[in-house]
Amino acid sequence: MLRYTFSRLQSLILSLVVASIVIFATVEIVPGDPASFMLGMNAQPDTIAALREQLGLDVPLWQRYLHWATGLLGGDFGTSYTYRTAIAEMIAERLWISLPLAIYALTLSTLIAFPAGILAATRRGSAADVSVMGFTQLGVAIPNFWFAMLMVLVFAINLRWFSAGGFPGWENPLLAMKALTLPAVALALPQASILARVMRSALLDTLSEDYVRTARAKGLTRRQTLWRHALRNALIPVLTIIGLQFSFLMAGAIIIENVFFLPGLGRLVFQAISQRDLIVVESVVMLLVFAVIIVNFAVDIAYAIVDPRLRGNR
Amino acid sequence: MKALLTNRNFAIGLLLTSVFVAGALISFLWTPHDTSGVDIANKLKKPLSEGYLLGTDHFGRDILSMIMVGARTSIAVAFVAVGIGIVIGVPLGLAAAASKGSLMDEVIMRSNDLVFAFPSLVIAILITAIFGPSAVNAIIAIGIFNVPVFARLTRGAALSLWQRDYVLSAQVAGKGPARISFEHILPNVTNLLIVQGTIQFSLGILAEAGLSYVGLGAQPPIPSWGRMLAESQTMISFAPHMALLPGLAIVFTVLGLNLMGDGLRDIFDPRIRREKR
Repeated sequence: MLRYTFSRLQSLILSLVVASIVIFATVEIVPGDPASFMLGMNAQPDTIAALREQLGLDVPLWQRYLHWATGLLGGDFGTSYTYRTAIAEMIAERLWISLPLAIYALTLSTLIAFPAGILAATRRGSAADVSVMGFTQLGVAIPNFWFAMLMVLVFAINLRWFSAGGFPGWENPLLAMKALTLPAVALALPQASILARVMRSALLDTLSEDYVRTARAKGLTRRQTLWRHALRNALIPVLTIIGLQFSFLMAGAIIIENVFFLPGLGRLVFQAISQRDLIVVESVVMLLVFAVIIVNFAVDIAYAIVDPRLRGNR
Repeated sequence: MKALLTNRNFAIGLLLTSVFVAGALISFLWTPHDTSGVDIANKLKKPLSEGYLLGTDHFGRDILSMIMVGARTSIAVAFVAVGIGIVIGVPLGLAAAASKGSLMDEVIMRSNDLVFAFPSLVIAILITAIFGPSAVNAIIAIGIFNVPVFARLTRGAALSLWQRDYVLSAQVAGKGPARISFEHILPNVTNLLIVQGTIQFSLGILAEAGLSYVGLGAQPPIPSWGRMLAESQTMISFAPHMALLPGLAIVFTVLGLNLMGDGLRDIFDPRIRREKR
């Protein structure tokens, strides 16, 4: 197990290094100098040069990369070109919306998908199965931001149960959760549909295994067999999908934040793009990719804990 | 062909998809109204108004015409993005399988993992931040994400095909790995590629809609479903049809493609048809 963890850790670090080089290189080949962009059309060459020096743009590329990368390790993301504030602070503030939103959505999606998938698999071919499969087919076809708009129309504009957007802050956690509810439901819908399908097919696979027949033969009831044997084994593929979905949730949150005017990471990125504040774009993208790589690493490890057979491979 | 049309999923999916493909093709020759002009006198007409089957938007543009022209954007972006995925991903997958365990295999698969760590929207944000938003950049962003999907699928399927007797006899006959890959492996993974292509196509349509909704896709004046939705948002309380109709267009197209994909999978693999459904 230790050796497996170590080899996964190695590839984790490699991925992070390569990802950071790719992101840095991509952003650095941008046409247009941030310094001249910030100062406008009529700036004097020496003012631009001075600002370039102040922003650290005058040193060679590889030095800037090292500076940026070592900064990231210590939690220093650099300074925003436009706001002149530490990016780490800006990100931390926004993360308090984006991260709870992603976790909220992941929880909702799991809470919907598990019962739906189990119901569909245990009553295969029944009306319940057919309707779960029908709903999931629809769920994956609906763009989450459109679903969000429809919910705003119904629950915010017509019924007035929720506000149509904005975020009241975490002073009152209940109000904050309420403001995140519609966005989380919108994000959860397609994910829950995918997860329910995976749950169903994974459970159908394990239910036809020999050990399930053995369990039934030794006198366990259907329910006992399901909970003790079938479900536990079906969790392995389900876990992988949950890990993968995290990346889609982070990305999905970027779009959903725009529907609900939530001041999260997504809005930060779009502001930064329009102001050509590239170092902010760079850092947020790196943070998102970092999160995805870490979550996938955690899933790999969890996977190996649940299923010892996997430790040998790779 | 008969097997295709008697499969219910495939038939319904094909019907739904054809409606939108036909709409997109017809729009090159004819649309009920011009979509580039502004006609304030006829703005915000409800659906089923005279002369405007699906109503008009806040500029008086005919929504049916907009959806037809928008279908062009969605289908073109998703189609080219799938094309990029296949043209780059399939040869990579074949090469990785042919050289299983080699450095090349390792490098190809590791780079795939890396691309997977970037959700397509994040790639799009990076590209847009650099080159500015456009339909072409949306295609590149979605296309890059398709590459590892096809590379993995091809490698996985090709690995098991390399164990077959006919590949062994081709090797004995002196054919090189490249020739075997294209003559014997590729034809046998085509079915899988078609099914996956359909699924990626539908994901591409969703991704394009999302990107143009946040302004990173096709730019005005090119109509796109995502931007129609973005524009409708402030008017949703008094003109809900502006938000409903382009959304339904996306849902039906994606649903159609997914049903086609499911149908094709059942048809190509009768084993699954009997066991799983």
